[in-house]
Amino acid sequence: MMESATVELGALAIALKVRNLNFFYGSFQGLKGINLDIAHRHVTAFIGPSGCGKSTLLRTFNRMYDLYPGQRAEGEILFQGKNLLDKKHDVNLVRAKIGMVFQTPTPFPMTIDDNLAFGVRLYENLSKSEMDARVEWALKKGALWNEVKDKLLQSGLSLSGGQQQRLCIARTIAVKPEIVLFDEPTSALDPISTAKIEELINELKHEYTIAIVTHNMQKAARISDFTAFMYLGDMVEFGKTDELFVKPKVIKTEEYITGRFG
Amino acid sequence: MANTLYTRRVWTNRIGILLSMFAMAFGLTALLWILWTLISNGFAALNGDFFTQDTPAPGSEGGGLSNAIVGSLLMLGVTTFVSTPIGILAGIFLAEYGDRSRFAKITRFITDIMLSAPSIVIGLFVYALAVATLGGFSGWAGSAALSLIAIPVVLRTTENMLLLVPTALREAAFSLGAPRWKVSLDVTLRAVKSGVVTGVLLAIARVTGETAPLLFTALNNQFMNLDMSQPMGNLPVVIYQFAMSPYENWQQLAWGGALLIALMVLAINIGTRILFRQTDLKQ
Amino acid sequence: MPESIDLHAGRVAVFRRQDRLFHGVTQFFALTVLLTLVGILASLSIEAYPSLSAFGASFVWSNVWNVPDEQFGAMMSIYGTLVTSIIALLIAVPVSFGIALFLTETCPIWLRRPLGTAVELLAGIPSIVYGIWGLFVFAPIFAEHVQPHLQAVFGGIPGLGGLFAGAPMGIGILTAGLVLSLMVIPFIASVMRDVFETTPPVLKESAYGVGCTQWEVVTRIVLPYTRVGVSVGIILGLCRALGETMAVTFVIGNANRITGSLFSPGTSIASTLANEFGEASPGLHLSSLFALGLVLFLITFLVLAASNWLIARGRAKAGH
Repeated sequence: MMESATVELGALAIALKVRNLNFFYGSFQGLKGINLDIAHRHVTAFIGPSGCGKSTLLRTFNRMYDLYPGQRAEGEILFQGKNLLDKKHDVNLVRAKIGMVFQTPTPFPMTIDDNLAFGVRLYENLSKSEMDARVEWALKKGALWNEVKDKLLQSGLSLSGGQQQRLCIARTIAVKPEIVLFDEPTSALDPISTAKIEELINELKHEYTIAIVTHNMQKAARISDFTAFMYLGDMVEFGKTDELFVKPKVIKTEEYITGRFG
Repeated sequence: MANTLYTRRVWTNRIGILLSMFAMAFGLTALLWILWTLISNGFAALNGDFFTQDTPAPGSEGGGLSNAIVGSLLMLGVTTFVSTPIGILAGIFLAEYGDRSRFAKITRFITDIMLSAPSIVIGLFVYALAVATLGGFSGWAGSAALSLIAIPVVLRTTENMLLLVPTALREAAFSLGAPRWKVSLDVTLRAVKSGVVTGVLLAIARVTGETAPLLFTALNNQFMNLDMSQPMGNLPVVIYQFAMSPYENWQQLAWGGALLIALMVLAINIGTRILFRQTDLKQ
Repeated sequence: MPESIDLHAGRVAVFRRQDRLFHGVTQFFALTVLLTLVGILASLSIEAYPSLSAFGASFVWSNVWNVPDEQFGAMMSIYGTLVTSIIALLIAVPVSFGIALFLTETCPIWLRRPLGTAVELLAGIPSIVYGIWGLFVFAPIFAEHVQPHLQAVFGGIPGLGGLFAGAPMGIGILTAGLVLSLMVIPFIASVMRDVFETTPPVLKESAYGVGCTQWEVVTRIVLPYTRVGVSVGIILGLCRALGETMAVTFVIGNANRITGSLFSPGTSIASTLANEFGEASPGLHLSSLFALGLVLFLITFLVLAASNWLIARGRAKAGH
């Protein structure tokens, strides 16, 4: 079934190519021989019961696991022609190109303005006016500009939960990444904030490649172009979202999306 | 049967609760008694001369503790200046790189030991290391001894505070491609700023009243001295010497000094509570 | 955007160097703590060497401390240190337990916080305050009003009488132990209160649910649940008492002898150091004082290692 994963994208450009990816927490294998292509400027959703490895997979895309001793990945994740799992490939550079938004909002303990500028200053030397323009641009992308334009010098912690999450999305966009990873970005938010963020993701997909982990199948169905169903560290099925939800090829997938387990 | 058993349990409970009230009353009474004598004996000494006059010579009248107050403040200042960066950076090491190495585990254990090590032994160590070899008692030696006591306190608080930072906040900074030092200093340390400041203040409070290590390091100085390379007057040692002396005005000054130190420590401790309550981790 | 990629690559190398530097610097400062410990052990051992080689292992149990004859042994100081600390704990532990019980169970809610804060603040009062209070206030009252009664009650009893023999001077081993106990009560009590509060409310509620009294809940649920934390609190209190200088030096009487009576003046390791170090001439006397310091450090080291072992074992058990 793995071959089919690459075939389905057809003529679409590919942003990330995952080949024979194995992942280990110490001696426990969290991912088993994953093969997958992530389509350029489309939304790919990862679903599956908790512990299935969907977050683990997402965290290999920006090598977040590097922070923790005892966690390691084997195989290939090709990004712009290079294997980003390669130790020689600098991890900070990878992360500057592949941004991530987390389950809980993570505003930094600084002003809204500095939150946005933090990542930009890392790799670019911008003048004050260029930086102001970049901050404004990113906040507009994050659908937050109108709400915060008069209080850019207030702490990022002073915003509401939904605003904080949009701040984090804007902060990620501000560094102009190629890919944005979302790790259950709305599971800690109220329904109204959730709707706003889903809408935002829908707009962003025209300019960015998006990979999103969610335990909410309706959401995956609503916002994604492609969906991968994972179970116990295996990629069970991968395909166009419409097809996977309407006509799953694997019985396990069908059982999951019809709510028989999970 | 059941009734007598029940009665016995009820009575055990009543006696236990009563005893706990006695314990509370006993503890509180004793401690209030100490505070009361401290205030009633010390307050009379806190006059203008107390802050402006140097310590009196044996047998002479009056006098104050100005040289000791200045010496104490100087040494506390140097101690804060030295132990704050060392303690914070060492705390960052344990929190950021802590789960990776044996070295960090050992350092953590040693920190526990140093937190409870008798301060007089640290005085002996600095005496052997600096006073005996580098020619004499000095304010620097006193500050060194106090710093060695303060560093583990700052280190431990910093580490504990940093470990409270949500993993996601740390990862979010890394996910932008930030190097570790920037993540540590600009994001995580900043998130626990008030907690770390609390640790520094607690360390100052802890060393403010330390007498034993100063006996062998800063010694004392009868005169006003701003030169850290000379023996230096300081409140705890003056209190010790004056309280043990036969002169009434010395004993009076000792009470005043003790009250002053206690007030300083109380003020710092209360300050940390207010600071920490206002700006807890808001994550 | 090829330009921006070049910029990235340059920064990345800088970041790598900075990170290596950061790791090195923080590690270096963490090393200071380790070096302090090694330095303490090394310097004390070196300085104590003349004394230890002159008196051998018998330094530890020799009962002689004679400055003019240059004969030194640590037993009297060790005895004073241990006995005062034991007295302190015998009083402080039950009282602290009572205070912690009161603050977590019996106390009206509105009073809990102020009283708890008061106890914590008292734990921060410098020990020298306890010392001069002990000398000027407590000792005279103790000599006049308490010691004669203790002698009257226990004096006639064989065995016990010896503990209270001698002139009631106010200062001495017992007074030092009592003052120490007052000093460690706020500390142990606030640790105990903190760990008592870690008991999950559900656990307590289910005990109350089956009809337990407050006393039973605390002694049979809370205390077993917080066993490790309570023991560690007591051990840390013990360490404070063992190493305490000022609260003891003022009131222990500073006499180099062991009489077996708790009323008689004695000495502890810390008070011997505080009293004699300044006047000691270089040579065996000074070296023996360093040896005393080494003994004190090793005692606290062992006690703390034991507490760490307790914590580790507690964790291992909780893990199952």
